[in-house]
Amino acid sequence: MRTFPIGGIHPHDNKEWSKDKAIEILELPDEAKIPMIQHIGAPSNPVVKKGDKVLTGQLIGQSTGYVSANIHATISGTVTAVDAYPNGQGQRRLMVVIKREGDEWMPEIDRTPDHKRECTLAPNEIIDKIREAGIVGLGGAQFPTHVKLSVPNDQKAELVIINGVECEPYLTSDYRNMVERAEMILTGTEIVMRAVGVSRAVIGVENNKPDAIAHLREVIARDNYKGIEVMPLKMRYPQGGEKQLIAAVTGRQVPPPPALPISVGAVVCNVSTAIAIYEAVQKNKPLIERVVSVTGKHLKSTHNYLARFGTSASRFFELSGLPEGDVKLLNGGPMMGRSVVDTTAPLIKGCSGLTVLSGEEAARGKELSCIKCAKCVSACPMGLEPYLLSKLAKMQKWDMAEEHNVVECIECGCCSYTCPSYLPLLDYIRIGKQTVMTNIRARAAANKK
Amino acid sequence: MNELLLTVLTLSLLGAVLAVVLYFVAQKFKVYEDPRIDDVEKMLPGANCGGCGFAGCRAMSEALVSRDNIASLYCPVAGGEVMTSIANFLGKTAPEKTPQVATMRCGGTCQKRPKVNHYDGALSCAVVNTFYVGESGCAFGCIGYGDCVAACQFGALTLNEETGLVEVDADKCTACGACVKACPKGLFELRKKWPKNRAIYVACRSKNKGAVVSKVCKAGCIGCGKCAKVCPFGAITVDNFLAYIDPEKCKLCRKCVNECPTGAIHIENMERLPKEPKPAPTVESKVETAKNE
Amino acid sequence: MQTRLFAAPSPHIHGGERTQQIMGDVILALVPALLVSTYVMGWRVLLISGVAIASCVLFEYLIQRFMLKGRTTIGDLSAVVTGLLLAFNLPAGIPWWIVVIGALVAIGIGKMTFGGLGCNPFNPALTGRIFLLIAYPVQMTDWTTCVPDGISGSTLLANVKAGAVQLSEIDYVSMLGGHMNGSMGEIGALALILGGIYLLWRRVITWHIPVAVLGTMLLFGICVALPEGGAAIWQTPLFHLLAGGALLGAIFMATDYSTSPMTHKGMIIYGVGIGLLTMIIRLWGAYPEGMSFAIFIMNAATPLINKYCRPKRFGTKKVM
Repeated sequence: MRTFPIGGIHPHDNKEWSKDKAIEILELPDEAKIPMIQHIGAPSNPVVKKGDKVLTGQLIGQSTGYVSANIHATISGTVTAVDAYPNGQGQRRLMVVIKREGDEWMPEIDRTPDHKRECTLAPNEIIDKIREAGIVGLGGAQFPTHVKLSVPNDQKAELVIINGVECEPYLTSDYRNMVERAEMILTGTEIVMRAVGVSRAVIGVENNKPDAIAHLREVIARDNYKGIEVMPLKMRYPQGGEKQLIAAVTGRQVPPPPALPISVGAVVCNVSTAIAIYEAVQKNKPLIERVVSVTGKHLKSTHNYLARFGTSASRFFELSGLPEGDVKLLNGGPMMGRSVVDTTAPLIKGCSGLTVLSGEEAARGKELSCIKCAKCVSACPMGLEPYLLSKLAKMQKWDMAEEHNVVECIECGCCSYTCPSYLPLLDYIRIGKQTVMTNIRARAAANKK
Repeated sequence: MNELLLTVLTLSLLGAVLAVVLYFVAQKFKVYEDPRIDDVEKMLPGANCGGCGFAGCRAMSEALVSRDNIASLYCPVAGGEVMTSIANFLGKTAPEKTPQVATMRCGGTCQKRPKVNHYDGALSCAVVNTFYVGESGCAFGCIGYGDCVAACQFGALTLNEETGLVEVDADKCTACGACVKACPKGLFELRKKWPKNRAIYVACRSKNKGAVVSKVCKAGCIGCGKCAKVCPFGAITVDNFLAYIDPEKCKLCRKCVNECPTGAIHIENMERLPKEPKPAPTVESKVETAKNE
Repeated sequence: MQTRLFAAPSPHIHGGERTQQIMGDVILALVPALLVSTYVMGWRVLLISGVAIASCVLFEYLIQRFMLKGRTTIGDLSAVVTGLLLAFNLPAGIPWWIVVIGALVAIGIGKMTFGGLGCNPFNPALTGRIFLLIAYPVQMTDWTTCVPDGISGSTLLANVKAGAVQLSEIDYVSMLGGHMNGSMGEIGALALILGGIYLLWRRVITWHIPVAVLGTMLLFGICVALPEGGAAIWQTPLFHLLAGGALLGAIFMATDYSTSPMTHKGMIIYGVGIGLLTMIIRLWGAYPEGMSFAIFIMNAATPLINKYCRPKRFGTKKVM
C-alpha cells in the first residue's frame, strides 16, 4: 500500500469519538458574523452596509484581486454592523454581522435535493462559477480554488487528486462526507477533471477509513464514474499535506519552491471542496456552509454538523457540552489546529472541525535539553533539520535558517510531536519561516524597484 | 661539539630565512588601515550592541573616520560627551542628539488586564505573537515573556513578576534600541531623557475603540481626547483612538495626567499636580502609578 | 479548581516519548550483559558498576548544583547510562578509586564542560575510559583478578596479536556466552546482541550504525584473511566481531545520540569509519583493541559529517 516517501509519524487517530455520528443540519444561527478574510490572499471588500437587507447566498464581500475570494451571506436578514470583531485567536478582523430574519435564499440557487450529474460547461465557465462562489480549499489551507484550477499555459495537468486522507487525528468531517455524500464528491471530481482537462482522477483515502473506501468504490461502480479511482493509502501523518499526498499517489515529488504541484501534473482538491464545487457549478450555490466535526474525548456529546459560516463557536461548544476543568479548544485537529481563545469567534471556511482537549491531554511536557537524537530529522516529511532550524530561529540567524530551507516547512508538527525532550521546535521554526518569508518578499520588492 | 654547532646554525638559518619570507609576505599583503580607527574604537563603549545601526563598534569607528559628515552617526550608548570628544579628535562636527531612554508603553498589569487564557507554548513573546493575541484579550499589550529583557545587553530591563510587565531602569538604559526591535508588539519607544529620569508618556498602544479597550484592560487609553484638550503646548495628539505625547513638545506640566480617566498617562519620578480629589478610579490609578515607580 | 482555557501553538499533542524513557531503555538493554558478566566474573562486577553509576550521578549533581548553580538534570538518567557504560569498559578487578576518577573525568570533562547532555562532542564514558587507559595502564589491563574460571592473563585480542593463541584454537561458542577475558561489559556477545535487538525494537537506535560498524569489520576481516585462505576466511572476521569491545562499541557506545551523526547516510559513513579504524588499530596498531579510539576519533568527525550529510530534502533527487 502506498504512502509518502520520507518522515511522518503515527499518532493515534482518535476518530472513534465522532466517526459514527451522522451529519446533522445545525439550526440556523440568529446572528452570523462573517469575516471578510477567510482565505489566503487579499481580504475582500464588504459590499453591504449597516441596515442592508441580504438574502442567503448574496454577495457581501467582493474579492480584491486574483488571489482572493468572494464572501456570501450565509443567512438572510439585516446587516447590523460592518466592523472589527475578534477571530478565534482574539485578533480583530473586519466582519459583516447579519441578524437573521427568516430563511430567504437568492432565487437562482437550486435548492432541490435531486442530484444533478450532467455538466456541459466549458472549463473557463466552470472556473468562473467557482470563483463567483468564493470557494477556497476546505481542508484547512483556505487557498482560493479558482487559482488552483487555473492551469498555467506552459503547464499541463495530468491527474486530479481528491484528498480524502484526513490524516489529522480526531477530525471526521471529510470521512462523513465520503460516507454520506459520495455522489456529490464524485460529480464534483468530474467537474474538476473537466475544468483542468484530464481524464483521470484518484481519490486518496487512508486505510483507517475502510468503509469510506468501500462506499466510494461502490458508488463509482454503480453510477459508472469513468476515470475515477479510489486509492487506499497507508495511514501516516501528514499524508494529507498536498505534496505528501501527490508523492503517495503518483510517486513523484514536487520540487522545492517556487515549483507548484502542477509542475508534476497534479491538481489536488479536498473532498469537501469537491462537494462545494459540485454545489456551485450544478446548483449555483455559493460556499456558505460546510461539515464541521465537534469532537474530543471529554465532550458530553460529539457531532458532525452541517453549519453555516458565521455561526459562533460557542454555539457548537454549548451543544456538545464542554468538560469541567481545564480545556484547550482547537480550530482544526490537534496537530495543526489553532488554539481558540475567543469563543465568540465565527465558524470560517477553513475550519473542518472543533477539537476539545482536556488540559491534561494538551499540556506540554517539561522542556529538557536537546540530546541530538535526530528523531525530528527522521520525522520531518520535508527532509529538513528541525532541531537546527529551531535553534537558528531562536538565535535569530535568519540567513542561515534560509540556507537550510526553513520556508519549506509545512508546519505539520511532526518534529515537536516526536521530540523526547519536549522542545517546542515548531514554535520557533514558525517564527523563522515567517521572518525569512518576510525577508524574501522584501528583497523581491527591492529588486523590482 | 660540531653537532651542537650544526644544530644551532641550522635553526638560526631557518629562523632567518623564515623571518625574511614572513616580512615579504606581510609587505605584500599589507592592508592600509587608518590608525585613527583603532583610536576611535577605543573611545567607543565597545558594547557592540548595534544601537548606532552598524554591525559593531569597529564598523562604527570606520564610518566615523571615513565619512566627512558625521552628523548622522551617533552612538546612543556613549552619549553626547563622548561623541563630541570623538568629533574633536577627528576634527569634525559632532552630531547633536538629546539623550534618550527606552520607554515601555503598556500599563496593563495583571490586575488591570486580567489573563483570560493560559499560554502553554514556548516562552517567547515572538512565538505568542505568531498565532494569537496573548493571555489577556488585548492585542496591543505587553505579552510578558521577556524577549526584550533577553535582547537588552545592559541589564536595564526587568520583568516584574507581580505586574507581569517589563520595567526600564533609566540609569542603565543606553537607548541602543535593541528592545525596540525585539518587542513584537512595538511597545518600546526611545523618548527624550529628562533630568532626574523624569518621564511622562501614554502607557498604551491600543488602537481599538474605547469600549473594546476597556473590556480587556482598565488601564488602557480609550481615546477620549481629554488630555489633548487640556495640553497647553499642543503636544498630545489622538490618532486611531490612541493618545500620543510628543516628547519634543511636552514640557512636563502634567495637566493631562489628572485628566486621564483610566490612568493611562504614566509619570515617573514626579509628583502629580495637586488638584481637588478625583473620583475613585483615578485614586486607584494613582496608587498604581506609585506602585509602579 | 479554577478552569483555565489553554492556548499554545500547534501541535497540541505529543508522542509521549521522553528522554528518561530512552535512557531507561538503554539501561534495560545493558542489563543482560551485566548479568552475564556477574555470572562469569563474580559479584565484583556489580560493585564496580554500582560505584561507577553512583559517582557519575553524584558528580553530575554536584557540578550542576554547586559549580554551574543551575537546574540539576540527574533525573534524565543519562548519568546512570554514562556510569554503566564506563563500568562496562573497565576490567572487573580494577580498584574502586580508579573508577571514581574515571567517573569524574567522564562527567566533569567529557560532559559538563561542554554544556551537559546533548552538547558533548565525545562520548563521556569513552572519555573516562581513555583517560584511565592512559593514566592507569597497568590497572586498566590487569586481567588477572576477577576473571572467568580457567582463564587468566591477557585478553584474547592481545593473545592473538602476540601470536600466543592461534585463531583456529578459539572456541567461538564459549565466546558468545561470555567465557573469555575482557572488560566487564564486552564479554557475553549474545547478551549484547539481545540488548541491541531490544533497542532496535524500541526504536531507540536505528540499524545504521551497528550494521555499518560490524559490516565494515566483517568485510575488512575477510579481505585481510583472503591471502591465508581456508578456515581463516571465516575465523578472522568472526573472531574480530566477537572479541573485545566490538559489539559493545557498535551497539551501545557508537550509537550515543549527541556524538553520532543525525542522518542515516551520515551514520553509515560514521560507522564505516569506526569499523575501519578499529580493524586498523587492532591489526597494525600498538594497542590490541581499537574500538574506543576509533569511536573517539569518529566522534570528532561527527560535526563535519553532519555538515556534509544533510537529510534528503523533499522534492530533490540527490543532495549530499
